[in-house]
Amino acid sequence: MTKIIEPKKQRNIFSRPSSEEGVWSWITTVDHKRIGIMYGYAAFFFLLVGGLEALLLRIQLSQPDNNFLSAAEYNAMFTMHGTTMIFLAIMPISAAFFNYLLPLQIGARDVAFPRLNALSFWIFIAGGLFLYSTFLFGTAGAPEGGYLAEEVSRLASAPNGGWFGYQPNAGLKYSPGTAMDYWAIGLQILGIASLVSAFNFITTILNMRTKGMRLMRMPVFTWMTFAVSFLLAFSLPIIAIALFFVTFDRQFGTTFFLTEGGGDPVLWQHLFWLFGHPEVYILILPAFGIVSEVLPTFSRKPLFGYPAIVFAGFGIAFIGFGVWAHHMFASAISPVAQAGFGLSTMIIAVPTGVKIFNWLGTIWGGRLTLNTPMLFALGFIGMFVIGGLSGVTHSVVPADTQQTDTYYIVAHFHYVLFGGALFGIFSGLYFWFPKVWGRMYNETMGKIHFWLMIIGFNLTFGPMHWLGLQGQVRRTWVYAEETNLGFWNLIVTIGAFILAIATLVFMANWIYSRRKGEVAPFDPWDARTIEWSIPSPTPVWNFSNAPEVKSLDDFWHQKYGEDEDGRAVRREGTDELLLQLEEEGLNPKEEIHLPSPSYFPVVMAFGLPFLGYAIIYKSIPLALIGVIMLLIGGFGWGTEPLEEEFESSEEEPESGESKNYE
Amino acid sequence: MHIKKFLKPKNFILCSFLFITACIEDAPLDSLSPAGPYARTIDELFWLTFWIAVVIFFIVQGALLFSVFYFKDSPDKPEPKQIHGNNFLEILWTIIPVIILASIAVPTVRTIFDLAREPEDALKIEVIGHQWWFEYKYPDYGITTANVLVIPEDTPIRLEMWSNDVLHNYWVPKLNGKRYLVPGQKTYLNLHADNAEEFWAQCGEYCGLSHSKMRGRVLSMSESDFDAWVINEQKNADNTLSEGSLAYEGQQVYLNAGCTQCHVIGGVWDVQGERIAPNLTHFANRNVFAGAALKNNSENLTKWLANPAELKPGTFMPNLELTEREIEALIEYLGTLK
Repeated sequence: MTKIIEPKKQRNIFSRPSSEEGVWSWITTVDHKRIGIMYGYAAFFFLLVGGLEALLLRIQLSQPDNNFLSAAEYNAMFTMHGTTMIFLAIMPISAAFFNYLLPLQIGARDVAFPRLNALSFWIFIAGGLFLYSTFLFGTAGAPEGGYLAEEVSRLASAPNGGWFGYQPNAGLKYSPGTAMDYWAIGLQILGIASLVSAFNFITTILNMRTKGMRLMRMPVFTWMTFAVSFLLAFSLPIIAIALFFVTFDRQFGTTFFLTEGGGDPVLWQHLFWLFGHPEVYILILPAFGIVSEVLPTFSRKPLFGYPAIVFAGFGIAFIGFGVWAHHMFASAISPVAQAGFGLSTMIIAVPTGVKIFNWLGTIWGGRLTLNTPMLFALGFIGMFVIGGLSGVTHSVVPADTQQTDTYYIVAHFHYVLFGGALFGIFSGLYFWFPKVWGRMYNETMGKIHFWLMIIGFNLTFGPMHWLGLQGQVRRTWVYAEETNLGFWNLIVTIGAFILAIATLVFMANWIYSRRKGEVAPFDPWDARTIEWSIPSPTPVWNFSNAPEVKSLDDFWHQKYGEDEDGRAVRREGTDELLLQLEEEGLNPKEEIHLPSPSYFPVVMAFGLPFLGYAIIYKSIPLALIGVIMLLIGGFGWGTEPLEEEFESSEEEPESGESKNYE
Repeated sequence: MHIKKFLKPKNFILCSFLFITACIEDAPLDSLSPAGPYARTIDELFWLTFWIAVVIFFIVQGALLFSVFYFKDSPDKPEPKQIHGNNFLEILWTIIPVIILASIAVPTVRTIFDLAREPEDALKIEVIGHQWWFEYKYPDYGITTANVLVIPEDTPIRLEMWSNDVLHNYWVPKLNGKRYLVPGQKTYLNLHADNAEEFWAQCGEYCGLSHSKMRGRVLSMSESDFDAWVINEQKNADNTLSEGSLAYEGQQVYLNAGCTQCHVIGGVWDVQGERIAPNLTHFANRNVFAGAALKNNSENLTKWLANPAELKPGTFMPNLELTEREIEALIEYLGTLK
């Protein structure tokens, strides 16, 4: 039925991959949708691993002076939990959404650079596997001259200097062994993946929009992708440099952060948080985008204050670069710096507040459908507000000197990143489930998931507020019985297990509905944006014809007009329009040229871990393997055309833009 | 500012109603039970911010829940009005938060500088962070001690702090906020305790394997008690133990088993080895040891001396393979170090 033309075969280092199904078709794919799905599954896998690590931490803390984990294991677990959740779970899950939805929302056939897109994904996988290979090969131990009563287990042979890797503790003298090198180089590799995709998305948004898709007609999710891509592009080079410094300090005896060589450990904090704070917005802005799509759809109202939400998003992204030292209020900074960063932190609360009020304005006066994605979006607002308000108490510097490094902070950022980012992500997973799989998820199980999650979430992270204020310090393996913190820690642990059960319900729903769910219509939500105007599941070619967009929420306005009261009225002929759209979507009239699959991004990506091992083990053969893989990947890529030459050359597609791949 | 009086009664409401009796009684590291002027200033500022946050919390969550129940879909509901925004509201909910934040910003900035200022006539004490214990030096009195910081009540104290290895963070929640100890540079923190009382301290910054066991005590005492303590601390240890006593045997263990590599006992062994460990001259006067993670009693000492790394992973104190008799003697000797 499809009219995709078979390409001619050409010679290269590897011949063009030809499988259309099976594992190899996925490995060599450059289709943004398949890459998005793979991002999603890989990130969810790491989310489960990170969650498992959190459960181990919670078992250890369920009672005072517990002995479930050793100190070394505990430190490795909290380091890996943070690193995994941030770099291997939330960031790539957001990337999954970007990949799948961005081209659909702007009416494009793919991203600007499809093979670079595959490269980002495979570098992410390579980096994740490299980081986790520390459990097989890494070593860790007591600081130089220190003693341990027992041998370091495999579980403890992971990075143990915290996800923030404060120097000099994460340096070679105090964290001997190779585990922290795995951390530094692993993050370096993961950073490349994010940088590559950031430029890809920026180019895509600037160049690949369909006819009439002006910037101010883009869906908010696309806007937030745009903002996040800029944040990545500007913040990742900072951490890249800082990680190079650390790697040099550890491997080649430099002293960037070591006092004994004239270096400065506080410099690391500045560099890390100059990246680390924008990183927070990298994690949360995609969720802002998702709920900005979900809330109007299920309120049957346009987003309240669209320009305000867009500008507030960019305001947050911009100011986000000027608040980093609020992570360091107790560190060696002057009162003037404390005051300045305290004020800038207060200022960032303003655009955040604007967003929340606009979301409330969106649901106010609407007709709310309380299904699972909507519940998660509403839960997002409720939980994120709590995180935002506790965030304001951190901007009050003297109060923050009491709160910093306690569980109050842990509570705060979990309300932002779990109650915020992850709730937004779950909302999006349910919302776009029908579009991706062509089937509906199970609503009852979805609601059970939501309620278990919101109860478990508040039980886990709510008590941490007062645990922190009443003296429980972060990153502590044990706490004394006399601190009287045992009772609430037990409650927190129970909450964590409820969260685990909630996650199992989600997985069951997903697995069941993927196969047995009701077949989804292509516009199950009566939605607003153009990705809902094409069949479900999305056809390989996305849009049969490049759509022409005439307004914000174009698809909605095709279906609905407004009466004199301003109420939505379904246009006559909408049913016919929908039938016609589905018919067209499934049967493209023109021949469609899709970018062809390629081996080279994978080859290139898996060269990087070899270079990483080469640095750690000072091995020239490993370095050679890595370099050769990069060269094969690079040269093969360079000489391989994006699209194979086709037997017959057809006329240009209607919109000239949509053909400009690479 | 006497916000405190206005705010404190609500503390009760908070504990019994909002947090459903969440507040923990008798938490020795409680930052919500200030016991000195610095901590009190911070506490007042926190509650001011907290109550503002509570009001906003109820407004936003109220609007959210109201919308959910009131605007919930039902079959007889007409299609909603398509409202795209409202500039007046946008300006309103930009300006009002700015005003609220400004009202927090003013006392915040003032308090930042108040807390940083060096108090007049303060007693100066140096705090040095080690993996995993705090060392204290009183430059005016020539005293070096560890784990327990002794201060006179109702007197401003100026701590001058640095670290000997990695970053640490000194925190006595009931007396003031935290401040990092950084290798290679000095940081400062003021303390002031109202009454004679014992406080808990804890290292706040992750500093390696036994970070959780890097604790401390602050003992504030009356002026006269403090003076007596100073005079006693300035004395050397008694070096005239009668030969043949168990304590004398313990002293020989201290001198010969390797303890002197790291530990100093004034008047007995004054040469500090390469690795700095707590000064033991007045060990028996301190109610805790090993980074204040263990109570100073013979049961704990026995376990500790048998294998320190068992109790404090990563510790720099080796297992010296002491015999039971040697440990017993050593504990007896340590008990004489008053």
